Amino acid sequence: MDQLGLLLEGFAGALTPEHLMWALIGVTIGTAVGVLPGIGPALTVALLLPITFRLEPSSALILFAGIYYGGMYGGSTTSILLNTPGESASMISALEGNKMARAGRAAAALSTAALGSFVAGTIGTVALTFLAPVVADFATGFGPPEYVALMAVAFVTVSALLGPNLLKGVASLLVGVTIGLIGIDSQTGQPRLTFGVDALLDGIDVVIVVVALFALSEAFGHLLTGTGHSTVQPLRERLMLSRSDFRRSWPAWLRGTALGFPIGSLPAGGAEVPTFLSYSVEKKLTRHPEEFGHGAIEGVAGPESANNAAAAGVLVPLLTIGLPTSATAAVILTAFQSYGLQPGPQLFTESGPLVWTLIASLYVGNVMLLVLNLPLARVWARLLQIPAYGIYAGVLVFATLGAFAAGGTTVDLLVLCGLGLLGLLMRQAGVPVAPAVVGLILGPIAEQQLRRALTLSEGDPSILVSSPITVFLWVVVALALLIPVVLPVARKRRRALVNVGDGEES
Amino acid sequence: MERRRSTAAADDQGEPGAGRAGPRRRWYRFAPLAVAAVVTGAVVVTAPVDTAGSGGSALRDVIGERQLRIMAPAAPGGGWDQTSREMQGALRELVGRTEVYNVAGAGGTIGLSQFVRRTADPTELMTTGLIMVGAVEANGSPHSLADTTPLVRLTTDYQVVVVAAGSPLTDVAGLVSAMRADIAAVSISGGSAGGAEQILAGLLAKAVGADPAKVSYVAHSGGGEALTTLLSGRSTIGVSGVSELQSQIEAGTVRALAVSSPERLPGLPDVPTLRESGVDVELQNWRGVVAPAGISPEQEQALEGLLVDMTRTDAWREALDRRGWGDATLAGPEFEEFVRTEQDRVSRVLDEIGLG
Repeated sequence: MDQLGLLLEGFAGALTPEHLMWALIGVTIGTAVGVLPGIGPALTVALLLPITFRLEPSSALILFAGIYYGGMYGGSTTSILLNTPGESASMISALEGNKMARAGRAAAALSTAALGSFVAGTIGTVALTFLAPVVADFATGFGPPEYVALMAVAFVTVSALLGPNLLKGVASLLVGVTIGLIGIDSQTGQPRLTFGVDALLDGIDVVIVVVALFALSEAFGHLLTGTGHSTVQPLRERLMLSRSDFRRSWPAWLRGTALGFPIGSLPAGGAEVPTFLSYSVEKKLTRHPEEFGHGAIEGVAGPESANNAAAAGVLVPLLTIGLPTSATAAVILTAFQSYGLQPGPQLFTESGPLVWTLIASLYVGNVMLLVLNLPLARVWARLLQIPAYGIYAGVLVFATLGAFAAGGTTVDLLVLCGLGLLGLLMRQAGVPVAPAVVGLILGPIAEQQLRRALTLSEGDPSILVSSPITVFLWVVVALALLIPVVLPVARKRRRALVNVGDGEES
Repeated sequence: MERRRSTAAADDQGEPGAGRAGPRRRWYRFAPLAVAAVVTGAVVVTAPVDTAGSGGSALRDVIGERQLRIMAPAAPGGGWDQTSREMQGALRELVGRTEVYNVAGAGGTIGLSQFVRRTADPTELMTTGLIMVGAVEANGSPHSLADTTPLVRLTTDYQVVVVAAGSPLTDVAGLVSAMRADIAAVSISGGSAGGAEQILAGLLAKAVGADPAKVSYVAHSGGGEALTTLLSGRSTIGVSGVSELQSQIEAGTVRALAVSSPERLPGLPDVPTLRESGVDVELQNWRGVVAPAGISPEQEQALEGLLVDMTRTDAWREALDRRGWGDATLAGPEFEEFVRTEQDRVSRVLDEIGLG
């Protein structure tokens, strides 16, 4: 247990009053920027970098780790309360979480999100501590063909997200895929669907799409229906998390973690894909399928923990092979390098103590976030007592501020408004907006990886099933497609047989 | 005044009673304010600390007390962002506070299209480099570096050709014969389309007498992502910046076949150059600084002088060491000439690849 000893030393380094203060500042800033759509942890850390050169390395890294984890917590708060995801990975939490909030169960939703984030963050950090090298080996086995298969799994399982009307769900998915095509094609450098607008060359930021489709369309909807004065009864229950809530939440936390950490540690996995998968899994496994779409607590607990476990997973490739797989990770990598740390295969041997202090501070930050967020859940929930016009005025201000901060151009604001109107149109037509975001995230990954795979094989499609991982994933795809078809038939046949048997007896 | 007092009185009365929601609701009305306060606090904390500058007096003559702004035409964390922020640190002792902002995307062409609007403003600078030259060609951008005033070249990062640790290829000779036998079968993973890596791939193909248009080049959003494809064992070779792969090479997860520099690099003394391996190719991923078009010659001179002074500061020297960047300071007409030849060469190669 060499690692345990090193970790304990790391704790000794992290648990000084000064470091705890930096961790507190970090998680507070992180939560604040996570709440604001568009202003993510990446930008914050980048802005803070020049100042922190004056700090000692361990203090700065603890600060950044706090911001990183804090951002993940903050994003879910607005998702649940205001149906306004602060970042794309908390979009799924808005689906069930906001329904819960409207049914007076905001505190329960926030608590299960906070506890789930804590459980997932802790397990993720433990896994990072002890399994990082193993997971890194697994992750480097993923090349383009494996990602194609993984995206196929994601696409067939998102049917859970499509809503009751399959045609409308698929339409929404395709809207998202189309938005994902906008910008420069990374394989050929050719602009697609940009209509000569420079600012569209880099595509449309997922955050802008999420904010527009969820928050703006909702605000416009209130305008249209004149329901601006409506308020929500925020706290109908006395307990934040009832016993049955807890019983339903904890398996979802663990399942979410189990999906989030490995996929998050894949270099092109990201934090969004596991949240989609987790939602689908929870919807399939739940004993309360009727609650899904009306505020099922599993639908918050699972994706929220998947999101946070993925955040820990992202650190695996960063620390072990020096691969930043998200914008925040890229900035943290820059921070590492500023302090003369070179993440990569030799990080643990070359700059041991600092790395262990960082990992220990992740635990500390996690505990701190729980302590901050759990009591605040009731306080945040009371925000809902503000009438809709007040809430949405605030949401509009922050949404436009965030969109402008992310890109710095007025085109982003126009896109934001345009997509908000599109979202309103979709709402009016009863088309769910979540599949559009799913399509926007999965579509480009699937397309690029497929084209990469086919370039590598000079156009030979057999590369798509050329490794054990791909074959396994395609089998999962086949099962996911076949089971819903075969299972009812088999059940019916069995029932028929039983009936025949009964008939013979009588 | 009177009204406010009565509200307070109502609050006091309400406190012990059953009217739980009453007084509290009043408090929560201020919640958005509290959120705003936290946000403001965060912004204040994140704002760079001001330190008064000395020196840079020639610059003060031409721009007065105005502050220099540096655009990093890329996302936080990338090469231009790092360059801009290191400049910010090194310029602190010369001119005090400067501002760095990011305009991400499309190989810097989005930033460029905004930058060209700042005509004749000597307080606006932008970091640039080979990748922007390539992206301008590949994306068919309406603007190019010809619409700016090139000031100085600062750094250079050479490219390294690598294979996965388990690859049968051991040297450039093997690679050359494989490329000559079937150029399309040698897949090359690297960064974005039209970027330094694809330019090198095209130059390699040309040098061995193969058709650059037939190269199986697999583009990625960055060197890190390209590395994953190489490590998964799917691509024959990978091309990346030396500073990005140094630690992988040292750890033995990838093997370096050659570097694109004129001489062997001090960091990788055992790795031959392409030229000494018989492939007549040299490429540097240079980075530099430009000002908007239309600034006066005095302004141009003052800015160049300032940036050349900056490259002599300890802070900058230390940054070069830390980042593994080569010093490539080049200013004035020589740099402008250099930019022109790079534009010609890159546009020719990309045309041959079919991206121009």
